[in-house]
Amino acid sequence: MPSLGTTYGRGAATLAQWDLANSDFVLVMGSNMAENHPIAFRFVMRAKEKGATIVHADPRFTRTSALADIHAPLRAGTDIAFLGGIIRHILENDLWFKDYVLNYTNIATIISSDYQDPEQLDGLFSGWDEEKKSYTVDSWQYKDMKVPSSLAEHEPSTSDSFDEAAKSTSDGPPPEDRTLRHPNCVYQIMRRHYARYTPEMVERVTGCPAGTFLKVCEAITRNSGRERTGAICYAVGWTHHSTGVQMIRGAGIIQALLGNVGRPGGGVLALRGHTSIQGSTDIPTLYDMLPGYLQQPNANQKHADLQEFLETEQTPTGWWHNLPKYMVSLLRAWYGDNATAENGWGYRWLPKIVGDHSQLPMTLAMRDGVIKGMFFLGQNPVIGGSNSKQVQAGLAKLDWMVVRDCAETETASFWKEGHLVRDGDMRPEDIGTEVFLMPASLAGEKDGTFTNTHRLLQWHDKVVDGPGDSQSELWFIYHLGRRLKALYADSDLERDQPIQNLTWDYPERGPDRDPSAEAVLKEINGYTWLDRRQLSGIPDIKDDGSTACGCWIYCGVFPTHNDNKSRSRRADGPDGPGTHLGWGFAWPDNRRTLANRASADPEGKPWSERKRLIWWDAEKETWTGDDQVDFVKDKPPGFKPDWSKHPTGMDALGGDAPFILIADGKAALFSSSGLKDGPLPTHYEPLESPVHNQLYKQEANPVAKHWEKRDNELAEPGDPRFPHSFTTYRLTEHHSGGTPTRSVPVTAELQPEGFAEIPTELARELGIGNTDWVVISTLRGEIETRALVTDRLQPFHLGGGKTVHQVGMPWHFGWKGYATGDIANVLTAVVGDPNTSMHENKALVCGLRRGRLARDGGRHGES
Amino acid sequence: MGVHPRALDYAESFPNRVIPDEAELTCGTRIEPGKSYGFFTDTTLCIGCKACEVACKEWNSLPADNLGLTGHSYDNTGDLGANTWRHVAFIEKIGAGDDRVQEMAPFQSNWLMMSDVCKHCANAPCLEACPTGSIFRTEFDTVVVQQDICNGCGYCVPACPFGVVELSPADGKAHKCTLCYDRLKGGLEPACSKSCPTDSIQFGEVNELFDRARGRVESLHGKGATDAYLYGAPDTPGATGGLKHLNAFFLLTDRPEVYNLPPEPTRASARVRPSLLTGLATMAGLTLAAAALMSAGRDRR
Repeated sequence: MPSLGTTYGRGAATLAQWDLANSDFVLVMGSNMAENHPIAFRFVMRAKEKGATIVHADPRFTRTSALADIHAPLRAGTDIAFLGGIIRHILENDLWFKDYVLNYTNIATIISSDYQDPEQLDGLFSGWDEEKKSYTVDSWQYKDMKVPSSLAEHEPSTSDSFDEAAKSTSDGPPPEDRTLRHPNCVYQIMRRHYARYTPEMVERVTGCPAGTFLKVCEAITRNSGRERTGAICYAVGWTHHSTGVQMIRGAGIIQALLGNVGRPGGGVLALRGHTSIQGSTDIPTLYDMLPGYLQQPNANQKHADLQEFLETEQTPTGWWHNLPKYMVSLLRAWYGDNATAENGWGYRWLPKIVGDHSQLPMTLAMRDGVIKGMFFLGQNPVIGGSNSKQVQAGLAKLDWMVVRDCAETETASFWKEGHLVRDGDMRPEDIGTEVFLMPASLAGEKDGTFTNTHRLLQWHDKVVDGPGDSQSELWFIYHLGRRLKALYADSDLERDQPIQNLTWDYPERGPDRDPSAEAVLKEINGYTWLDRRQLSGIPDIKDDGSTACGCWIYCGVFPTHNDNKSRSRRADGPDGPGTHLGWGFAWPDNRRTLANRASADPEGKPWSERKRLIWWDAEKETWTGDDQVDFVKDKPPGFKPDWSKHPTGMDALGGDAPFILIADGKAALFSSSGLKDGPLPTHYEPLESPVHNQLYKQEANPVAKHWEKRDNELAEPGDPRFPHSFTTYRLTEHHSGGTPTRSVPVTAELQPEGFAEIPTELARELGIGNTDWVVISTLRGEIETRALVTDRLQPFHLGGGKTVHQVGMPWHFGWKGYATGDIANVLTAVVGDPNTSMHENKALVCGLRRGRLARDGGRHGES
Repeated sequence: MGVHPRALDYAESFPNRVIPDEAELTCGTRIEPGKSYGFFTDTTLCIGCKACEVACKEWNSLPADNLGLTGHSYDNTGDLGANTWRHVAFIEKIGAGDDRVQEMAPFQSNWLMMSDVCKHCANAPCLEACPTGSIFRTEFDTVVVQQDICNGCGYCVPACPFGVVELSPADGKAHKCTLCYDRLKGGLEPACSKSCPTDSIQFGEVNELFDRARGRVESLHGKGATDAYLYGAPDTPGATGGLKHLNAFFLLTDRPEVYNLPPEPTRASARVRPSLLTGLATMAGLTLAAAALMSAGRDRR
C-alpha cells in the first residue's frame, strides 16, 4: 500500500467500513464492491438511505453499478486519466477546501527548481536514467530540502552529492508560498500537470462520455466541504495495474484536495481481500518488509549492521523517528536472550534481500532452477498467478512442493491435469516434482484473528475440528520450526544461527500439540522482557532491549494477560457515537479514523457540528472526541516547532500537522520520495493496450516491470490480432482461486462454469451467440470458455473515431471441483507495478473468436 | 435497524450459550406463537449476492440441483423447486447500442435482482388443495409441508399460482420453504434474512412489515423512484383472485411479469364453485340435449 503510505503516512484504509454510513458521496472505483465486499456495501446502502450519491466508475455494469446513482463506464486501465480529470476540475473551478488544504497538505510547498514535468518531457519526469530505466529523485524534492519517505519498502534513488547538500526536515519548515503564486509550488505544478486532462480528453482516452464524467465531478465536489464529506472505495481493480499505485495516489490527492481525510464519512477505503489480506501486509508475507512496515534489510543498501540500518532508515522528523524502538523490540521478540546490545540485538540473523523476491520473479526463479522447493499455503498459483503456463512450467522444475489446502487444488494436480499435459508439452512421467498434499483447516476449525479492511482485528474461536488430519497453518509452521530447530541444533555453521537463535516456545494444547494462537497474539502485542508484563500500548515500546514486541502497530491489542481486545464485541448502542470503539481492536491504538486531527480546523474546533469527530478541549488541554485520537493527545493546536533546537520526531511537527507519519506532517499531494514512477499520477496506457497514449509520446509506465520476454511476450499498442481490451475479475459466488467454493456443491451451482462476458455489439459482429464456445487468445496462450453475451458491457468510443470493445472474464475457474472452466490467467503476463511488483491482470488485450480449442488430439472442432 | 440494547449482554466473540430470543438482536423481532410472521423482500436493496440461497441450502441441508450454465444473466438457479427455496432472479434491462439506459433511479436500477421465495399466502391454495392434511398452517401463520404425511399426489403443485411447490424426484413428495419453522421455534431469525447483507430480505411480524414497506414505498417515491410498489400486501397486485395477502411479499419497480411473478394470481378454490356450477350446468344441458335427441329419435321411428 505504498500509495496511501506516501500520501497520508500509513498504507491502510483511513476509515472504518461502517463510517461509510456517514458519507455524503461514495465513489466506488477499481472495485466491484457489492459483489466482493457485500458486508461493507451494507453501509453504502445506509449512506444512500440518508441521501448520499453513489457513483460507480468501472468498465463493466456490475451488481455494484446497479445500486449506484451514476455508472461511469471507462476502458480498463485508464483510471488515471479519469482521476486526473477530476483533479483538474477541482483546481480549475476552485472547488478545493482551502482552509483544510492550505494547512494540512503540501499544496503551498515549493519544489526544487530542477523539477520538470511530463508535460515538458512528453511523458517522463525529470531524473530519468535511460540506461537504468529508473528515476533519480533529486529534482522531485522540496526546494533545498530532502524529504524522507514514510514507506518501509522504498529504495531512495538519489545522486550521492544530493544527500550532503540538502538540509534535513529538522532544520526548519519546508519552503512555502501560501499565496500559491510561486511557479514551482505544488499548486502551480499540479495545475500545469493536469491542464490537458479536460472532460473532452477524459472521453477520448477512457471512453466515458464527457457528460457522465462531469456528473461524477459535480456529485463529489457538491458533497465535500465543511458540512459534507465523501469516501472513495477501491480494491484490487486498482492495484492490479502497472500504474496501480499511482491510481490510488490519484484518489488520495482528490480526497486531500476536497478535505475528506480524517473526517467522519470521509477518506479512502482500501477494500482488502478475503479473510486477512490487511493482516498479511501488517505482519507481512511480503518479502521486503518486516512486521509493522519496517524495512527488510537489503544487501544493496547501507544496512550492514543495526547501527547503520537505523541511521539509514530512521527519519529525523515525524512518528517514524521512533523506528529504533520498534526494530529493537522486534529483534528481542524473535531472538530472545540470544539478542544482546553487543550483537546488535541479533540484527545480522535477519535475512537480507538482494533484489525483487516477489511472486512473479519467483515463478521465473523456479523455472530457471534457482528455487528447488516451494510451500503453497492457502494459495493456488496455477489459477491465481499471472501467465499460468509459465507458472506450471516453473512447478514442473521443482524438486518438491508442499500444498496445504482444504481440497486438492489445480496447483497440486498440475502434473497430471495441467496445461503442460493437456497441450502435449510434457507427459506426467517426465515431471519430477514431488508433491506433498496436506489437508488444511478452514477458519471455523482454528483459533485466530482476522485483520479486516479497516485495520480491525477480530478474534474467532475454533468451532469444530477439521476433518481427518487437517491442521491449522499455525500448527504446521510451529511444528515445522520445531523440527528445523532440532535438525540444526548441533550445527556449527554460521548460516544456521538464525534458526538456532530463534525463540520458538508457545504453549501447546491437546494430543495434536496445537500451539496457542493467543500466545502468539500476546507476543505480537509485546511484553516487558524481564518480568513478562504485557505492554499496554505503543508508548511502552523501548529501544534498550527491555521490551519485546512482535509488531508495534498491533501493540495494545492484548494489554494485560487476560484482556484480548480483539475478542470484544461491544457495539455502540442506538444513542452511541457510532465509532464502535468496543468492537474488536483497530491498529494503531484502536483508532478508527486515521489522521482524525484533520476533523478539526487548525484551531482545534470541528469544521462543522455535523462532521465533528475529535476536537481540542482547551480547558483540559487535551484532544477529545468520539474516536481514539490519532495525534499527540496533549499537543495544543497552536504548537509550533522550535527550529532553533533542530527538533526531531514529533517535536518537529506543529499542532496543525495531522499526518504524523509523514516527515512534515502534511498529506503529500506531491510525493517527493517513496515512489519509483513519479511524484504525481500521470496517464500511461497499460503495458498492453489496444490504442496509443493520447497524452504523451511515452506509451506505458516507463518504470513498470517486465521480467522476461520468453513465453511472456507483450503485444504492441494497437496490434490488430488483439484488438479488444481484456480484463479479469471475481464473482461474488466464488472465492479467489476457487478451492473453497468450487468444491462445495451449493456454491458451485451458483456460477457452475467458466465464462467470458462479451458486449452484444461485438458478439453480433463475430457471430457469437449466448453460451457459445469461444476462444480467447493473447501472446501468452489460448483458452476456451463459454460466452455470456450482455448489454452490461458496452463499446468505448475513443479519440480518433476508434471503437474498442471490452471483454471480461472471471479468473476463479480451473479443472478441479464441481464448477470448472479454463484458466483466465493463461492469458495474462508476468509484468508489474514498479513499486509493488503487482501484476497487470486488470488490463491487457486479447483476440476473440467463436469455436473451441483443438485439444485432446483435436477432438473438439467448431461447435 | 440499530444495535439492540440486549446485544451488549453478549459482547464476546464466542458467547458460551445459546442467545435466547436471538431474532430480537438480529432483526428486532421476538418470535411468539400465535402471531403472523413473514418476509418483506425489498428488491431495491438487493445486490444479487445469493447469500440467501446458500444460507437456505446450508441450513436446510438441501442438495445442489443444477450445475449447468444457463446463460440467463447471473441466474444459474433458474426457479424455485423441491431443493431450491430461495431463488435470485436477474433481469438485465440496460438496452443495447445507442439505446443504453443513461438515467439511473436511486437504489437498484437497470439490472433487476429479486430474491424469490414461497409466499406463505394468507389463504394458501396449496394447503386448500392438499387432500391428506400434510400441508398445514403453523402457529407462526406460515405454511409447511409434512413429508411424513404427504402421499405425493401433487395436487398442491398446480394449485400454487406462483409455481413454488414441487415434488422431489428423490422421494416423490412435495417440498418447499418452511420459513425456517425449526429456527422460529428456537427464537432464531430465518437463515436467508439473517444472512442478507443489505437487508433486502426483512423478517418480522407481517403487519409491522406491511407498515414498514408502505413507508419505504413512500420514501422511494420521494427520492424519485416513482416506479416502486408493493406486491402481495393487502390491496396490491399479488393479493388478487381471492388471495387476501402474501405473508412473504415484495417491493418491485417493474411489472410483476418482468420478475416472473403472475400479475394477477388466483386461488384455485375460488374457481371451484363457478367450475362446479358450470360443470353441473353443462351436465344438465347435455342431459337435456340427449333426452331431446333421444325423444326426437323416438319420434322419428
